[in-house]
Amino acid sequence: MSNATKTPILEFRNINTHYGAVHILKDVNLAIYPGEMVCLLGGNASGKSTTLKTLLGMVTPTTGEVVLDGEVVNDKPTSYRVERGITMVPENRRLFKRLSVGENLQLGAYLRNDKDGIKNDLERIYDMFPRVKERLTQKAGTLSGGEQQMVAMGRALMASPRVLLMDEPSMGLAPALVQTNFELIQQIHEEGIAIFMVEQNANMALSIADRGWVLQTGKVVLDDTADALLQNPDLRKSYLGEA
Amino acid sequence: MSTTTTDNDVFEPSPAESAMAAAPVQSSVDWNKVARFGGILALALVFISLSGMPVGLDKRTILYWINPGVYVNNPDGVGLTLGYLSLLIWPILLGWAVGNEVVLEGMQATKRGFSDLLAGFGVGALGGLGVFALTFLMGLDREMDPDSGALVYGVRDPLVNWNENLYVLLTFNRGWGFALWVWPLLAGVLALIGAGLRLLPDGIRKAVLAAVTAIVSVSIFQFLIDDVIEGVGETINDPGRLSNFFGDPDDGRPRVDSVFDGLIEFVYAQTGGLRLQGMILIGVVAAALSLAGSYVTRGRFKASRKAYFDKPLAQRTMSTSVLMFVTALALIILPFFTGKIANELFANVGIFLLLALGLNIVVGLAGILDLGYVAFFAVGGYTTAVLTSAGRGDEWPSWVPLFVTDDGEAVVGGWLIALVFVVIFAAITGLLIGAPVIRMRGDYLAIVTLGFGEIIRLLFLSDWLSGYFGGAQGITNIESADFGPLGTVSGINPRSVFYLVLFFSAIAIYVSWRLERSRLGRAWMAIREDESVAEAMGINTVNMKLMAFVVGAVLASFSGAIFSAKVGSIFPTSFLILVSIIILVVVIVGGMGNIMGVIVGSLVLIGVLGGPKQPGLLQEFSEYKLLIYGALLIWMMLKRPEGLVPNARRSRELHQDEFLQDAWLKGEVDTGDDGDVAVEVAPA
Repeated sequence: MSNATKTPILEFRNINTHYGAVHILKDVNLAIYPGEMVCLLGGNASGKSTTLKTLLGMVTPTTGEVVLDGEVVNDKPTSYRVERGITMVPENRRLFKRLSVGENLQLGAYLRNDKDGIKNDLERIYDMFPRVKERLTQKAGTLSGGEQQMVAMGRALMASPRVLLMDEPSMGLAPALVQTNFELIQQIHEEGIAIFMVEQNANMALSIADRGWVLQTGKVVLDDTADALLQNPDLRKSYLGEA
Repeated sequence: MSTTTTDNDVFEPSPAESAMAAAPVQSSVDWNKVARFGGILALALVFISLSGMPVGLDKRTILYWINPGVYVNNPDGVGLTLGYLSLLIWPILLGWAVGNEVVLEGMQATKRGFSDLLAGFGVGALGGLGVFALTFLMGLDREMDPDSGALVYGVRDPLVNWNENLYVLLTFNRGWGFALWVWPLLAGVLALIGAGLRLLPDGIRKAVLAAVTAIVSVSIFQFLIDDVIEGVGETINDPGRLSNFFGDPDDGRPRVDSVFDGLIEFVYAQTGGLRLQGMILIGVVAAALSLAGSYVTRGRFKASRKAYFDKPLAQRTMSTSVLMFVTALALIILPFFTGKIANELFANVGIFLLLALGLNIVVGLAGILDLGYVAFFAVGGYTTAVLTSAGRGDEWPSWVPLFVTDDGEAVVGGWLIALVFVVIFAAITGLLIGAPVIRMRGDYLAIVTLGFGEIIRLLFLSDWLSGYFGGAQGITNIESADFGPLGTVSGINPRSVFYLVLFFSAIAIYVSWRLERSRLGRAWMAIREDESVAEAMGINTVNMKLMAFVVGAVLASFSGAIFSAKVGSIFPTSFLILVSIIILVVVIVGGMGNIMGVIVGSLVLIGVLGGPKQPGLLQEFSEYKLLIYGALLIWMMLKRPEGLVPNARRSRELHQDEFLQDAWLKGEVDTGDDGDVAVEVAPA
């Protein structure tokens, strides 16, 4: 697909973020286009989570612009951005454990007022994850890891997002589940939702993504298509464990 | 529940299991356990003795005919006093507890028998030895003062209750040598009785417990029963009272002789306490009722209750509304059948119920641990006082309204207008305190709210503002709430306070109930569960938390306004930190985040034990109220962390391990491909 003709949904322009005096993100430029699947790779403390928080407005950048649909949203609250279609599936799923599965899903649609749309989305999620429907009244904390992942994704989808931010979707899942999880992500992607994935599991992420960035100590060091990144010798050495 | 105790569940092996099952395991005495329980009993008895409870409560005879010995403070009473009961109840309870056995499903229960009795006796005897040890040490320390001839004790200074009264009470005035054999024997036999209860068939045991409970309650709650019987008697003799809804029930008419007067005389002794004939009557009636009850219903009550809770929420509405209608009706006519004391109790319970419902929203739903909640109660109380008392500080400018007529009478509807201001000021205070506090989380938030609660009280107490709030002298002469044709609510007429409180509690319950199921309530619960994720869902966490703070503040201020009109004068000492703590304890003991739990919690804690300054049903215990609160709280945290009326959801979380074990034993565990364990749990 040609990105030159489209405007990005979500864009970072020369973002710098500090925590106190510590410089976390250094001149980061990112652009996510409608309907694509991109991934951000990076080791520990490379600034992946900060990127997500800055995108969602939970952290304010020191300089640079966060652009949503061509509008600079630096000083807009999280709720504004969520309303505009940016939703996050947090790291380790982080469901509201003492609330029922149904309540978790409802909370995903917290900012929506269209009752019919919410109903339709619920049905869609039940179709996608029949097991979620079986466990609607069950407390989210009692579900198995795989089921929790489904609920977490369902909760995010309830916001009817255009961009889904996924923080380490394969973290804390058994190896067998990681594969199914990526299949789920692809399934969501096929519905036309752009996906921005932050991952340490580079191999798996790049195999399904269109493009990717590699973040190192707050700087984007690589920016290429997924195929090219998979071939990149530096990346293979540091992330794919090849000598 | 997974772990079934043998208290009330009968273990039923499945056919396959019973075929394989061997004969019941013959039990033997677990001496370790006996030593542990005996030690606990000994410590408990010593501690209670030194807390002063036995001596302090020795004045109050509850069973007139039993004579355990010498009466220290109660020379004309001959019978079992509350003081002795506060000691003698423990061997029975622990004797019962030592036989408690957790039977895992799929395992065989041990057979009950002689060994249980032996264990019970052992526990009691050890506990009795503890009491003997105390009397022995006291005896060593006891000296005759050569000058005055009085008996003095060396360690009297730090231990106020280490004194002659306690020594006489514990040794039955026969010296420690008597205590050596009598306490182990007495406590042992009582513990043996406690243990023996387990050997009785279920029905009989229930009847015995019903009889004992009835006898003890009837004797302890004597004043309340007198009060209720007076109320009922008056209503029966003068049914016209029922039409006089809002009038003064005690309008100076002479007391009508109750039809129950004869019965009262038959049951109670002149000096207080039950007569032997009364005890037999009540015991037999209670036991008969219990037996008849279990025969007639034969578990049908339990079954229908279960059927109700098994229904999905939507289908429950019919039964729920019938239930609520009946409850409402009962509550409305109830004050006609109770006297002043009971109505006063209900009014106090209601005032604290309102506070607890408000705190339940703040702590239970939104998860904000507010330890300065009393501040809003104070704001409500003082605002009402300032607007409806001619005795308010004299520095108020003339444009601050005063709803008192020139003759010093309450203005009709004045209290209601004042209530509008109360709500506004409470909301403003909520915002002012909330705004700086709300950005903090967890422990920090709790400590800061604690500080703000004290600041508000100190402002009302300060000399600086004494021209407005009267400083330590407070505000007196607060007018009663005059509702014109509907009547007047004032402290002299507890029934009117009861109705006012009932009205506001009903509103508060309805609001809490609706909020719990609303979008707002969900947002609060999300914040309670995980604030960052809630924020990521687009919930404006700061606004939502402020909103919880303000809703809680407004509910507390209602309570303060009623309190003000009821008491007629308020002082900074009515708003001590202790009030915040007690409300929090009510919420925790009842079951956090659960409206029914909060109601039960207020009834039990405020109604039975009493509020910070308000006496409860157990008036005699008011001196030891905080001790009992503390003990209850510790026991709850250990044994029933979900509260008296558990929220199904919270209960499951806290007993997750048991669920897993249970499900595993039943073979329901779904060890999915991820190796994680998922358990089927029945819908809430």
